[in-house]
Amino acid sequence: MRRLAVEHLAVRHGLLHAVRDVSLHLDQGEVVALVGANGAGKTTLLRAIAGAHAPSGGRIWFDGADVTLIPSHRRVALGIALVPEGRRLFAQMSVEDNLRLARSAGRAGRWTLDSVMAAFPQLPPLRPMRAGTLSGGQQQAVAIARALLTNPEILLLDEVSLGLSPLAVDQLYASLQTLVATGTTIILVEQDLNRALGVADRVICMLEGRIVLEGPAAEMDRDRVMGAYFGVDRPTAERAP
Amino acid sequence: MIWVDQIIQGVLLGGYYALIACGLSFMFGVMRIVNLAHGSFAVLAAFGLWELASRFGVSPFLGLIAILPAMAAVGWVLQRFVLERSVRGGPLVPLLSTFGLAIMLDNLLFERYGADTRSLAPYLGTLSYDSWTLTDEISIGKLAVLIFVAAILLLGGLQFFLSYSQLGRAIRATAADPDTVGLLGIDAGRVNAAATALAMVTTGLAGAFMAMRTTFSPYAGAPQLIFAFEAAVIGGAGSLWGTLGGGILLGVAQSIGAEINPQGFLIAGHLVFFLVLFARLATNGALGRYLRRRSP
Repeated sequence: MRRLAVEHLAVRHGLLHAVRDVSLHLDQGEVVALVGANGAGKTTLLRAIAGAHAPSGGRIWFDGADVTLIPSHRRVALGIALVPEGRRLFAQMSVEDNLRLARSAGRAGRWTLDSVMAAFPQLPPLRPMRAGTLSGGQQQAVAIARALLTNPEILLLDEVSLGLSPLAVDQLYASLQTLVATGTTIILVEQDLNRALGVADRVICMLEGRIVLEGPAAEMDRDRVMGAYFGVDRPTAERAP
Repeated sequence: MIWVDQIIQGVLLGGYYALIACGLSFMFGVMRIVNLAHGSFAVLAAFGLWELASRFGVSPFLGLIAILPAMAAVGWVLQRFVLERSVRGGPLVPLLSTFGLAIMLDNLLFERYGADTRSLAPYLGTLSYDSWTLTDEISIGKLAVLIFVAAILLLGGLQFFLSYSQLGRAIRATAADPDTVGLLGIDAGRVNAAATALAMVTTGLAGAFMAMRTTFSPYAGAPQLIFAFEAAVIGGAGSLWGTLGGGILLGVAQSIGAEINPQGFLIAGHLVFFLVLFARLATNGALGRYLRRRSP
Protein backbone atom coordinates (compact mmCIF):
# COMPACT_ATOMS: atom_id res chain seq x y z
CA MET A 1 0.00 0.00 0.00
CA ARG A 2 1.31 3.42 -1.01
CA ARG A 3 1.82 5.55 2.11
CA LEU A 4 3.62 8.62 0.88
CA ALA A 5 4.24 10.11 -2.53
CA VAL A 6 6.21 13.26 -3.23
CA GLU A 7 5.92 14.70 -6.73
CA HIS A 8 8.28 17.28 -8.21
CA LEU A 9 8.72 18.95 -4.83
CA ALA A 10 10.61 22.23 -4.66
CA VAL A 11 11.44 24.03 -1.42
CA ARG A 12 13.31 27.29 -1.01
CA HIS A 13 14.96 29.16 1.81
CA GLY A 14 14.67 32.65 0.39
CA LEU A 15 16.78 32.64 -2.76
CA LEU A 16 18.37 29.27 -2.01
CA HIS A 17 16.75 26.30 -3.74
CA ALA A 18 17.21 23.70 -1.00
CA VAL A 19 15.10 21.00 -2.67
CA ARG A 20 14.66 20.87 -6.46
CA ASP A 21 12.19 18.70 -8.33
CA VAL A 22 12.29 15.78 -5.89
CA SER A 23 9.93 12.84 -6.43
CA LEU A 24 9.85 9.79 -4.19
CA HIS A 25 7.36 7.33 -2.75
CA LEU A 26 7.13 4.99 0.22
CA ASP A 27 5.03 1.88 0.69
CA GLN A 28 3.62 0.72 4.02
CA GLY A 29 6.35 -0.79 6.23
CA GLU A 30 9.24 0.40 4.07
CA VAL A 31 12.39 1.80 5.63
CA VAL A 32 14.16 4.32 3.42
CA ALA A 33 17.54 5.83 4.23
CA LEU A 34 18.12 9.35 2.95
CA VAL A 35 21.82 10.11 2.62
CA GLY A 36 23.83 12.99 1.25
CA ALA A 37 26.38 15.60 2.20
CA ASN A 38 25.60 18.57 4.45
CA GLY A 39 23.40 21.03 2.63
CA ALA A 40 22.06 18.43 0.19
CA GLY A 41 18.48 19.26 1.25
CA LYS A 42 17.69 16.19 3.38
CA THR A 43 16.47 18.11 6.44
CA THR A 44 14.49 20.55 4.31
CA LEU A 45 12.84 17.64 2.47
CA LEU A 46 11.81 15.99 5.76
CA ARG A 47 10.53 19.28 7.17
CA ALA A 48 8.49 19.87 4.02
CA ILE A 49 6.96 16.39 4.30
CA ALA A 50 6.13 17.07 7.97
CA GLY A 51 4.60 20.43 7.05
CA ALA A 52 7.08 22.55 8.99
CA HIS A 53 8.30 24.23 5.80
CA ALA A 54 6.01 25.28 2.96
CA PRO A 55 7.10 24.05 -0.48
CA SER A 56 7.30 26.46 -3.42
CA GLY A 57 6.20 23.82 -5.90
CA GLY A 58 5.14 20.20 -6.30
CA ARG A 59 2.74 17.97 -4.38
CA ILE A 60 2.83 15.72 -1.33
CA TRP A 61 0.36 12.85 -1.09
CA PHE A 62 -0.27 10.89 2.08
CA ASP A 63 -2.53 7.83 2.04
CA GLY A 64 -3.96 9.02 -1.28
CA ALA A 65 -4.85 12.52 -0.03
CA ASP A 66 -3.12 15.73 -1.11
CA VAL A 67 -1.56 17.20 2.05
CA THR A 68 0.62 19.84 0.38
CA LEU A 69 -1.24 22.78 1.91
CA ILE A 70 -2.09 21.20 5.27
CA PRO A 71 -0.24 22.73 8.28
CA SER A 72 2.08 20.61 10.39
CA HIS A 73 -0.21 20.13 13.39
CA ARG A 74 -2.90 18.59 11.16
CA ARG A 75 -0.40 16.35 9.38
CA VAL A 76 0.55 14.91 12.76
CA ALA A 77 -3.12 14.11 13.29
CA LEU A 78 -3.06 12.27 9.94
CA GLY A 79 -0.05 10.22 11.06
CA ILE A 80 3.14 11.96 9.90
CA ALA A 81 5.67 12.45 12.71
CA LEU A 82 9.09 14.11 12.50
CA VAL A 83 11.91 13.71 14.99
CA PRO A 84 13.62 17.01 14.19
CA GLU A 85 17.32 17.55 13.82
CA GLY A 86 18.80 18.69 17.12
CA ARG A 87 15.95 16.96 19.01
CA ARG A 88 14.13 20.20 19.83
CA LEU A 89 12.90 19.12 23.27
CA PHE A 90 11.30 21.65 25.60
CA ALA A 91 14.36 22.05 27.81
CA GLN A 92 12.61 23.69 30.76
CA MET A 93 9.92 21.02 30.96
CA SER A 94 10.13 17.57 32.50
CA VAL A 95 10.61 14.48 30.35
CA GLU A 96 7.12 13.38 31.30
CA ASP A 97 5.58 16.72 30.23
CA ASN A 98 7.52 16.55 26.95
CA LEU A 99 6.03 13.13 26.30
CA ARG A 100 2.51 14.04 27.41
CA LEU A 101 2.46 16.92 24.91
CA ALA A 102 2.38 14.39 22.08
CA ARG A 103 -1.10 13.34 23.17
CA SER A 104 -2.35 16.57 21.56
CA ALA A 105 -2.11 14.77 18.22
CA GLY A 106 -5.22 12.91 19.30
CA ARG A 107 -4.13 9.60 17.79
CA ALA A 108 -4.73 6.43 19.78
CA GLY A 109 -2.68 3.34 19.07
CA ARG A 110 -0.16 0.93 20.42
CA TRP A 111 2.14 3.67 21.76
CA THR A 112 1.15 4.90 25.20
CA LEU A 113 3.25 6.38 27.99
CA ASP A 114 3.63 2.87 29.41
CA SER A 115 4.55 1.17 26.14
CA VAL A 116 7.24 3.71 25.20
CA MET A 117 8.69 3.40 28.70
CA ALA A 118 8.92 -0.35 28.08
CA ALA A 119 10.44 0.14 24.62
CA PHE A 120 13.09 2.61 25.83
CA PRO A 121 14.39 1.14 29.10
CA GLN A 122 16.51 4.22 29.80
CA LEU A 123 13.42 6.46 30.02
CA PRO A 124 11.55 5.50 33.24
CA PRO A 125 14.17 6.86 35.69
CA LEU A 126 14.32 10.14 33.71
CA ARG A 127 10.59 10.92 33.89
CA PRO A 128 10.71 13.76 36.46
CA MET A 129 13.96 15.30 35.17
CA ARG A 130 14.16 18.48 33.12
CA ALA A 131 14.74 17.58 29.47
CA GLY A 132 17.54 20.16 29.20
CA THR A 133 19.65 18.38 31.82
CA LEU A 134 19.80 15.03 29.98
CA SER A 135 22.70 13.70 27.92
CA GLY A 136 22.47 13.75 24.13
CA GLY A 137 21.57 10.06 23.90
CA GLN A 138 18.89 10.37 26.56
CA GLN A 139 17.46 13.45 24.84
CA GLN A 140 17.34 11.61 21.53
CA ALA A 141 15.47 8.71 23.15
CA VAL A 142 12.94 11.22 24.55
CA ALA A 143 12.58 12.90 21.15
CA ILE A 144 11.88 9.57 19.41
CA ALA A 145 9.53 8.44 22.18
CA ARG A 146 7.70 11.78 21.90
CA ALA A 147 7.23 11.31 18.15
CA LEU A 148 6.06 7.70 18.66
CA LEU A 149 3.43 8.86 21.17
CA THR A 150 1.63 10.61 18.31
CA ASN A 151 1.19 7.02 16.97
CA PRO A 152 2.44 7.87 13.49
CA GLU A 153 1.85 5.90 10.28
CA ILE A 154 5.16 7.23 9.01
CA LEU A 155 8.12 8.32 11.11
CA LEU A 156 10.71 10.79 9.79
CA LEU A 157 14.02 10.58 11.68
CA ASP A 158 16.45 13.43 11.07
CA GLU A 159 20.08 12.79 12.07
CA VAL A 160 19.11 10.87 15.18
CA SER A 161 22.67 9.71 15.90
CA LEU A 162 24.27 13.15 15.51
CA GLY A 163 26.48 14.03 18.44
CA LEU A 164 25.88 10.80 20.34
CA SER A 165 28.51 8.48 21.80
CA PRO A 166 29.03 5.19 19.87
CA LEU A 167 27.39 3.32 22.74
CA ALA A 168 24.32 5.59 22.66
CA VAL A 169 24.08 5.09 18.88
CA ASP A 170 24.13 1.30 19.36
CA GLN A 171 21.32 1.58 21.90
CA LEU A 172 19.37 3.84 19.58
CA TYR A 173 19.66 1.49 16.61
CA ALA A 174 18.63 -1.47 18.79
CA SER A 175 15.42 0.49 19.57
CA LEU A 176 15.00 1.34 15.88
CA GLN A 177 15.24 -2.33 14.93
CA THR A 178 12.29 -3.08 17.22
CA LEU A 179 10.37 -0.26 15.52
CA VAL A 180 11.19 -1.66 12.10
CA ALA A 181 10.02 -5.08 13.27
CA THR A 182 6.61 -3.61 14.18
CA GLY A 183 6.13 -2.52 10.56
CA THR A 184 6.50 1.24 11.05
CA THR A 185 7.18 3.13 7.81
CA ILE A 186 10.35 5.16 8.26
CA ILE A 187 12.46 7.72 6.42
CA LEU A 188 15.84 7.93 8.08
CA VAL A 189 18.45 10.63 7.52
CA GLU A 190 21.80 9.23 8.58
CA GLN A 191 25.41 10.32 8.07
CA ASP A 192 26.84 6.89 8.90
CA LEU A 193 26.49 5.01 5.61
CA ASN A 194 27.02 1.54 7.08
CA ARG A 195 24.30 2.07 9.67
CA ALA A 196 21.97 3.43 6.99
CA LEU A 197 22.57 0.50 4.64
CA GLY A 198 22.18 -1.93 7.56
CA VAL A 199 18.70 -0.83 8.63
CA ALA A 200 17.09 0.38 5.38
CA ASP A 201 15.27 -1.46 2.58
CA ARG A 202 16.02 1.30 0.11
CA VAL A 203 18.56 4.11 -0.13
CA ILE A 204 18.03 7.55 -1.63
CA CYS A 205 21.04 9.80 -2.10
CA MET A 206 20.64 13.56 -2.48
CA LEU A 207 23.09 16.07 -3.87
CA GLU A 208 22.48 19.82 -4.08
CA GLY A 209 18.72 19.45 -3.64
CA ARG A 210 18.21 16.64 -6.16
CA ILE A 211 17.97 12.87 -5.93
CA VAL A 212 21.03 11.49 -7.68
CA LEU A 213 20.84 7.81 -6.73
CA GLU A 214 18.05 5.56 -5.60
CA GLY A 215 17.83 1.78 -5.19
CA PRO A 216 17.42 -1.22 -2.89
CA ALA A 217 19.91 -1.20 -0.02
CA ALA A 218 20.93 -4.76 -0.79
CA GLU A 219 22.16 -3.75 -4.27
CA MET A 220 24.08 -0.72 -3.04
CA ASP A 221 27.74 -0.88 -2.33
CA ARG A 222 29.64 1.78 -0.46
CA ASP A 223 31.59 3.02 -3.46
CA ARG A 224 28.52 3.62 -5.58
CA VAL A 225 26.81 5.60 -2.83
CA MET A 226 29.98 7.54 -2.05
CA GLY A 227 30.27 8.50 -5.72
CA ALA A 228 26.75 9.89 -5.74
CA TYR A 229 27.26 11.43 -2.31
CA PHE A 230 30.13 13.63 -3.45
CA GLY A 231 28.93 14.01 -7.04
CA VAL A 232 32.11 12.52 -8.57
CA ASP A 233 30.15 10.70 -11.29
CA ARG A 234 28.46 13.86 -12.36
CA PRO A 235 29.57 15.18 -15.73
CA THR A 236 30.69 18.79 -15.29
CA ALA A 237 32.18 21.33 -17.62
CA GLU A 238 35.49 21.31 -15.75
CA ARG A 239 35.95 17.58 -16.04
CA ALA A 240 34.78 17.28 -19.63
CA PRO A 241 37.53 15.73 -21.77
CA MET B 1 0.74 49.23 66.33
CA ILE B 2 0.10 51.70 63.54
CA TRP B 3 2.97 50.11 61.58
CA VAL B 4 1.52 46.63 61.99
CA ASP B 5 -1.78 48.01 60.74
CA GLN B 6 -0.09 49.62 57.73
CA ILE B 7 1.72 46.41 56.85
CA ILE B 8 -1.51 44.37 57.07
CA GLN B 9 -3.36 46.91 54.90
CA GLY B 10 -0.38 46.96 52.54
CA VAL B 11 -0.44 43.19 52.15
CA LEU B 12 -4.16 43.28 51.37
CA LEU B 13 -3.61 46.10 48.86
CA GLY B 14 -0.83 43.97 47.37
CA GLY B 15 -3.39 41.27 46.65
CA TYR B 16 -5.20 43.73 44.41
CA TYR B 17 -1.96 44.69 42.65
CA ALA B 18 -1.12 41.03 42.10
CA LEU B 19 -4.57 40.55 40.58
CA ILE B 20 -4.18 43.44 38.17
CA ALA B 21 -0.63 42.33 37.31
CA CYS B 22 -1.62 38.70 36.73
CA GLY B 23 -2.78 39.04 33.12
CA LEU B 24 0.13 41.28 32.18
CA SER B 25 2.69 38.94 33.72
CA PHE B 26 1.04 35.89 32.17
CA MET B 27 1.05 37.36 28.67
CA PHE B 28 4.64 38.46 28.98
CA GLY B 29 5.75 35.12 30.41
CA VAL B 30 3.95 33.04 27.81
CA MET B 31 4.02 35.10 24.63
CA ARG B 32 6.72 37.69 25.34
CA ILE B 33 4.14 40.38 24.62
CA VAL B 34 3.85 43.48 26.80
CA ASN B 35 0.22 44.43 26.49
CA LEU B 36 0.07 48.20 27.00
CA ALA B 37 -3.72 48.11 26.64
CA HIS B 38 -3.93 45.93 29.75
CA GLY B 39 -5.21 48.68 32.05
CA SER B 40 -7.68 49.93 29.45
CA PHE B 41 -9.15 46.43 29.07
CA ALA B 42 -9.61 46.28 32.85
CA VAL B 43 -11.50 49.58 32.68
CA LEU B 44 -13.55 48.26 29.75
CA ALA B 45 -14.65 45.29 31.88
CA ALA B 46 -15.46 47.68 34.74
CA PHE B 47 -17.74 49.74 32.47
CA GLY B 48 -19.41 46.54 31.29
CA LEU B 49 -20.23 45.61 34.87
CA TRP B 50 -21.35 49.17 35.63
CA GLU B 51 -23.76 49.08 32.66
CA LEU B 52 -25.26 45.81 33.88
CA ALA B 53 -25.54 47.10 37.44
CA SER B 54 -26.90 50.59 36.73
CA ARG B 55 -29.29 49.63 33.92
CA PHE B 56 -30.54 46.25 34.97
CA GLY B 57 -29.67 46.14 38.66
CA VAL B 58 -27.43 43.12 38.20
CA SER B 59 -25.05 42.60 41.13
CA PRO B 60 -21.42 43.05 39.98
CA PHE B 61 -20.63 39.49 41.14
CA LEU B 62 -23.43 38.06 39.01
CA GLY B 63 -22.42 40.38 36.18
CA LEU B 64 -19.04 38.62 36.03
CA ILE B 65 -20.84 35.57 34.62
CA ALA B 66 -21.53 37.61 31.49
CA ILE B 67 -18.48 39.88 31.46
CA LEU B 68 -15.72 37.29 31.94
CA PRO B 69 -16.71 35.17 28.90
CA ALA B 70 -17.03 38.42 26.93
CA MET B 71 -13.47 39.32 27.99
CA ALA B 72 -12.30 35.87 26.89
CA ALA B 73 -13.83 36.54 23.47
CA VAL B 74 -12.10 39.94 23.39
CA GLY B 75 -8.79 38.20 24.17
CA TRP B 76 -9.30 35.66 21.40
CA VAL B 77 -10.04 38.38 18.85
CA LEU B 78 -7.15 40.52 20.15
CA GLN B 79 -4.67 37.67 19.63
CA ARG B 80 -5.97 36.51 16.25
CA PHE B 81 -6.45 39.91 14.63
CA VAL B 82 -3.95 42.22 16.35
CA LEU B 83 -1.16 40.48 18.27
CA GLU B 84 -0.57 37.52 15.93
CA ARG B 85 -0.10 39.93 13.04
CA SER B 86 1.99 42.41 15.03
CA VAL B 87 4.36 39.77 16.38
CA ARG B 88 5.37 38.92 12.81
CA GLY B 89 6.64 42.48 12.49
CA GLY B 90 9.17 42.10 15.30
CA PRO B 91 9.11 42.64 19.07
CA LEU B 92 8.44 46.38 18.90
CA VAL B 93 5.25 46.22 16.83
CA PRO B 94 3.02 44.54 19.48
CA LEU B 95 4.12 47.27 21.89
CA LEU B 96 3.04 49.95 19.42
CA SER B 97 -0.19 48.24 18.40
CA THR B 98 -1.33 47.69 22.01
CA PHE B 99 -0.35 51.29 22.82
CA GLY B 100 -2.54 52.46 19.95
CA LEU B 101 -5.29 50.15 21.08
CA ALA B 102 -5.14 51.65 24.59
CA ILE B 103 -5.53 55.18 23.21
CA MET B 104 -8.44 54.05 21.05
CA LEU B 105 -10.22 52.25 23.90
CA ASP B 106 -9.73 55.12 26.35
CA ASN B 107 -11.13 57.66 23.92
CA LEU B 108 -14.04 55.50 22.80
CA LEU B 109 -14.97 55.06 26.47
CA PHE B 110 -14.62 58.82 26.95
CA GLU B 111 -16.93 59.45 23.98
CA ARG B 112 -19.53 57.18 25.52
CA TYR B 113 -19.24 57.93 29.24
CA GLY B 114 -17.58 61.34 29.54
CA ALA B 115 -15.24 62.37 32.33
CA ASP B 116 -17.46 61.39 35.29
CA THR B 117 -15.95 58.99 37.78
CA ARG B 118 -18.03 55.98 38.69
CA SER B 119 -17.81 53.06 41.08
CA LEU B 120 -19.41 49.69 41.58
CA ALA B 121 -19.35 50.22 45.36
CA PRO B 122 -22.98 51.43 45.51
CA TYR B 123 -24.12 48.10 44.06
CA LEU B 124 -22.35 45.96 46.64
CA GLY B 125 -24.61 46.64 49.62
CA THR B 126 -22.67 46.77 52.86
CA LEU B 127 -19.67 44.84 51.50
CA SER B 128 -17.98 48.05 50.34
CA TYR B 129 -17.52 49.31 53.92
CA ASP B 130 -17.94 46.19 56.11
CA SER B 131 -14.91 45.16 58.12
CA TRP B 132 -13.68 42.69 60.68
CA THR B 133 -12.21 44.12 63.88
CA LEU B 134 -8.98 42.37 64.81
CA THR B 135 -7.92 44.52 67.77
CA ASP B 136 -9.02 47.90 69.06
CA GLU B 137 -6.73 49.59 66.62
CA ILE B 138 -6.75 47.25 63.62
CA SER B 139 -9.66 46.29 61.46
CA ILE B 140 -9.59 44.88 57.93
CA GLY B 141 -12.10 45.51 55.18
CA LYS B 142 -14.12 42.51 54.03
CA LEU B 143 -13.77 43.55 50.39
CA ALA B 144 -9.99 43.88 50.73
CA VAL B 145 -9.80 40.37 52.20
CA LEU B 146 -12.03 39.04 49.45
CA ILE B 147 -9.76 40.58 46.81
CA PHE B 148 -6.67 39.15 48.50
CA VAL B 149 -8.16 35.65 48.64
CA ALA B 150 -9.27 35.97 45.01
CA ALA B 151 -5.71 36.92 44.01
CA ILE B 152 -4.23 33.87 45.74
CA LEU B 153 -6.85 31.55 44.24
CA LEU B 154 -6.41 33.02 40.76
CA LEU B 155 -2.61 32.97 40.71
CA GLY B 156 -2.49 29.55 42.36
CA GLY B 157 -5.14 28.17 40.05
CA LEU B 158 -3.35 29.54 37.00
CA GLN B 159 -0.05 28.05 38.16
CA PHE B 160 -1.73 24.67 38.75
CA PHE B 161 -3.40 24.87 35.34
CA LEU B 162 -0.08 25.63 33.60
CA SER B 163 1.70 22.79 35.41
CA TYR B 164 -0.79 19.97 35.15
CA SER B 165 -3.33 20.48 32.36
CA GLN B 166 -2.71 19.54 28.73
CA LEU B 167 -3.56 23.06 27.53
CA GLY B 168 -1.24 24.45 30.22
CA ARG B 169 1.61 22.25 28.96
CA ALA B 170 0.82 23.30 25.40
CA ILE B 171 0.92 26.98 26.44
CA ARG B 172 4.35 26.56 28.06
CA ALA B 173 5.70 24.56 25.12
CA THR B 174 4.37 27.04 22.56
CA ALA B 175 6.06 29.87 24.47
CA ALA B 176 9.36 28.01 24.25
CA ASP B 177 9.22 26.78 20.64
CA PRO B 178 6.12 27.49 18.50
CA ASP B 179 7.62 25.68 15.49
CA THR B 180 8.14 22.36 17.28
CA VAL B 181 4.71 22.18 18.94
CA GLY B 182 3.26 21.95 15.42
CA LEU B 183 5.18 18.69 14.96
CA LEU B 184 3.35 17.31 18.00
CA GLY B 185 -0.09 18.15 16.67
CA ILE B 186 -0.52 21.43 18.55
CA ASP B 187 -1.89 24.47 16.71
CA ALA B 188 0.32 27.25 18.06
CA GLY B 189 -2.10 29.96 16.88
CA ARG B 190 -5.01 28.44 18.79
CA VAL B 191 -2.91 27.91 21.90
CA ASN B 192 -1.80 31.55 21.92
CA ALA B 193 -5.38 32.70 21.34
CA ALA B 194 -6.53 30.56 24.29
CA ALA B 195 -3.73 31.98 26.44
CA THR B 196 -4.69 35.56 25.57
CA ALA B 197 -8.34 34.77 26.26
CA LEU B 198 -7.31 33.47 29.67
CA ALA B 199 -5.19 36.56 30.36
CA MET B 200 -8.15 38.78 29.46
CA VAL B 201 -10.41 36.87 31.88
CA THR B 202 -7.98 37.67 34.70
CA THR B 203 -7.86 41.28 33.47
CA GLY B 204 -11.65 41.44 33.56
CA LEU B 205 -11.67 40.14 37.12
CA ALA B 206 -9.05 42.71 38.11
CA GLY B 207 -11.15 45.45 36.48
CA ALA B 208 -14.18 44.32 38.47
CA PHE B 209 -12.34 44.52 41.77
CA MET B 210 -10.80 47.87 40.84
CA ALA B 211 -14.29 49.24 40.24
CA MET B 212 -15.58 47.78 43.52
CA ARG B 213 -12.83 49.12 45.76
CA THR B 214 -12.43 52.55 44.19
CA THR B 215 -13.72 54.90 41.51
CA PHE B 216 -12.86 54.73 37.84
CA SER B 217 -13.18 56.83 34.72
CA PRO B 218 -12.39 56.24 31.01
CA TYR B 219 -8.77 57.27 31.54
CA ALA B 220 -8.22 55.11 34.66
CA GLY B 221 -6.42 52.45 32.60
CA ALA B 222 -2.96 54.02 32.53
CA PRO B 223 -2.44 54.28 36.33
CA GLN B 224 -3.65 50.68 36.69
CA LEU B 225 -1.15 49.64 34.02
CA ILE B 226 1.68 51.30 35.97
CA PHE B 227 0.83 49.44 39.20
CA ALA B 228 0.44 46.18 37.29
CA PHE B 229 3.74 46.76 35.54
CA GLU B 230 5.55 47.51 38.80
CA ALA B 231 4.13 44.46 40.58
CA ALA B 232 5.03 42.21 37.63
CA VAL B 233 8.56 43.55 37.33
CA ILE B 234 9.27 43.44 41.09
CA GLY B 235 8.10 39.84 41.16
CA GLY B 236 10.09 38.87 38.10
CA ALA B 237 8.03 39.14 34.91
CA GLY B 238 6.42 35.88 33.90
CA SER B 239 6.55 34.20 37.31
CA LEU B 240 3.05 33.96 38.77
CA TRP B 241 3.99 33.45 42.45
CA GLY B 242 6.62 36.15 41.99
CA THR B 243 3.84 38.45 40.79
CA LEU B 244 1.95 37.85 44.04
CA GLY B 245 5.11 38.65 46.02
CA GLY B 246 5.73 41.72 43.84
CA GLY B 247 2.20 42.99 44.37
CA ILE B 248 2.48 42.56 48.14
CA LEU B 249 5.86 44.30 48.26
CA LEU B 250 4.46 47.21 46.25
CA GLY B 251 1.36 47.44 48.47
CA VAL B 252 3.35 47.35 51.71
CA ALA B 253 5.81 49.96 50.39
CA GLN B 254 2.96 52.30 49.47
CA SER B 255 1.21 51.88 52.83
CA ILE B 256 4.38 52.50 54.79
CA GLY B 257 5.24 55.46 52.54
CA ALA B 258 1.81 56.95 53.23
CA GLU B 259 2.35 56.56 56.97
CA ILE B 260 5.69 58.36 56.84
CA ASN B 261 4.20 61.21 54.87
CA PRO B 262 0.70 61.56 53.41
CA GLN B 263 2.36 62.39 50.07
CA GLY B 264 4.60 59.33 50.25
CA PHE B 265 2.11 56.75 48.98
CA LEU B 266 3.08 56.71 45.30
CA ILE B 267 6.69 57.75 45.65
CA ALA B 268 7.50 54.91 48.06
CA GLY B 269 6.04 52.38 45.61
CA HIS B 270 8.03 53.77 42.69
CA LEU B 271 11.17 53.87 44.84
CA VAL B 272 10.89 50.16 45.73
CA PHE B 273 10.27 49.39 42.08
CA PHE B 274 13.43 51.18 41.02
CA LEU B 275 15.47 49.65 43.86
CA VAL B 276 14.41 46.13 42.84
CA LEU B 277 15.01 46.88 39.18
CA PHE B 278 18.45 48.31 39.93
CA ALA B 279 19.38 45.41 42.23
CA ARG B 280 18.38 42.92 39.55
CA LEU B 281 20.33 44.72 36.85
CA ALA B 282 23.33 44.94 39.15
CA THR B 283 23.28 41.23 40.01
CA ASN B 284 22.66 39.59 36.65
CA GLY B 285 22.22 42.18 33.93
CA ALA B 286 24.59 44.12 31.73
CA LEU B 287 25.29 46.48 34.64
CA GLY B 288 26.39 43.53 36.79
CA ARG B 289 28.84 42.39 34.14
CA TYR B 290 30.14 45.94 33.85
CA LEU B 291 30.60 46.32 37.62
CA ARG B 292 32.31 42.94 37.90
CA ARG B 293 34.72 43.85 35.15
CA ARG B 294 35.54 47.16 36.90
CA SER B 295 36.28 45.48 40.24
CA PRO B 296 38.20 42.27 39.59
